[in-house]
Amino acid sequence: MKPDQRPSSDERPVTGDNDPILSLIGVTKRFTTRADDSVLALDEVQLDIPRNQFVTIVGPSGCGKSTLLKIISGIIPPSDGAVRFDGKPLVKSSRQIGMVFQRPVLLPWRSVIGNVLFPIEMLGWDVAKYRDEAMRLVEWIGLGGFERALPNELSGGMQQRVAICRALIYDPQMLMMDEPFGALDAMTRDDLSVELLRIWTERKKTVVFVTHSIPEAVLLADRVVIMAARPGRILMDLAVNLPRPRSLATERRVEFQDMVHTIREAIYSQRKGEG
Amino acid sequence: MSRSFTSTVIQNAQAVVVTILMIGLWEGACRLFNVPTWLLPPPSRVFTEGYEILPILPKHLAATLAAVLGGFALSIVVGIPLAVIIVHSPPLRRVIYPLILMLQSVPKVAIAPILLLWVGYGLKSGIVVAATVAFFPIVISTAAGLQSIDKELLELTRSLDAGSLKVFWKVRMPWAMPHIFSGLKVAITLAVIGAIVAEFIGADTGLGYLILANSGAMKTSAVFFVLLILSLLGIALFYAVEAVERAVCPWYSNDEAKAETLPS
Repeated sequence: MKPDQRPSSDERPVTGDNDPILSLIGVTKRFTTRADDSVLALDEVQLDIPRNQFVTIVGPSGCGKSTLLKIISGIIPPSDGAVRFDGKPLVKSSRQIGMVFQRPVLLPWRSVIGNVLFPIEMLGWDVAKYRDEAMRLVEWIGLGGFERALPNELSGGMQQRVAICRALIYDPQMLMMDEPFGALDAMTRDDLSVELLRIWTERKKTVVFVTHSIPEAVLLADRVVIMAARPGRILMDLAVNLPRPRSLATERRVEFQDMVHTIREAIYSQRKGEG
Repeated sequence: MSRSFTSTVIQNAQAVVVTILMIGLWEGACRLFNVPTWLLPPPSRVFTEGYEILPILPKHLAATLAAVLGGFALSIVVGIPLAVIIVHSPPLRRVIYPLILMLQSVPKVAIAPILLLWVGYGLKSGIVVAATVAFFPIVISTAAGLQSIDKELLELTRSLDAGSLKVFWKVRMPWAMPHIFSGLKVAITLAVIGAIVAEFIGADTGLGYLILANSGAMKTSAVFFVLLILSLLGIALFYAVEAVERAVCPWYSNDEAKAETLPS
């Protein structure tokens, strides 16, 4: 893997903790089940995410990762606590938070460009003004020549690239990614991880990335948030101090492997404690 | 591509050969057993005697076609908005849904005489009966299509603060389109049945009337000829709807064809 040549990537400011773009303050979510029982999906989650940080969230299934993501995206409200985005309380979904899901969720009747321009249309902006930008994005993410293709003519990895372009076209400050590479094969997944690092380096964005792959979480992140289940809560919050730019070669470093091991231990010991 | 083309030709050739064999068998059996023509005319008689009604055929065909297309159009105009209401308003759904089910569970042939009484003789009743028969599959398939929309896609539109009318026209309706068309294809064939039923009961033109009149006069060959025209009409209308579907939702009908041309 060729190292990134842009010197700027190393000089990326390590953002100060004084200015979080997103704050979760005692976020609690209770779901009422049929028998009038309630399940505590999230228990007083406290999390500050500084601007332009790449945060990955890992944890076993049922730890409330998806619920947390939905609350951050403003899709569902917390039962208790508050979410502040960019200094203001977040009451509904914001266009400053771009979303990439596990499935590409493209409009099957629209071409690649049409799908990338979809948010512009929904926002009521001038589509003509963004056409060139859409073409550039598509080219830049490696889909040059497929501008007019329909989603069903693309492979899963290509479709997910389109979904990423669609999230970038309207330039939100933050990207919420819910296991975006979870449905892809291992090789495509590696490709897209490296691609995502490049995107993040070139366009300053805060990224919250949920995954169930620990190596993926470590490779991408400035910081790995490990969650535990029943009730869903933050178990550990680790800074990843591996040098950037990173590539798949980073995975061979001892620090990388130590980190993966630490996280795995933390998750497994937690599980044993429950059992 | 060329391989699938040849296999299509072979398959079609098989169908043609079997059809010709069946007709030959029918002709042979009629001659061999001396079946009276008023009971079962041989194919040759169907064509020679059917030829005699050819001059009056266009008028009757046009009448039936008008009833079918009118009824089909009416069922779309009523059915699709009804489905939209059912999907988007739970209180209205609770009111409307049982009514639709009730209407559907009554045999249309049984209510056709009443409809005739209400709307009158001829084309009008043809349209109304055809529409009552055809509209149910349109409502069901449109509602299913609107409900099948991807939740995450809706979450995306919500995060973009898109107006619900815009989301309806740009996302929900196109999403439902393939489902709507599968309903339309069922509906068009049902509309033909509805039109014929109406013509049986009260009309002095149309293919249904022609069948009734000729079978009353024991002109069985002519009846068979009209049946042939009727089935050709049904097939033509079905493929017409399918052609529109291919034009309106190319992404859907091309699914299989496209998948073959691309490496995964």
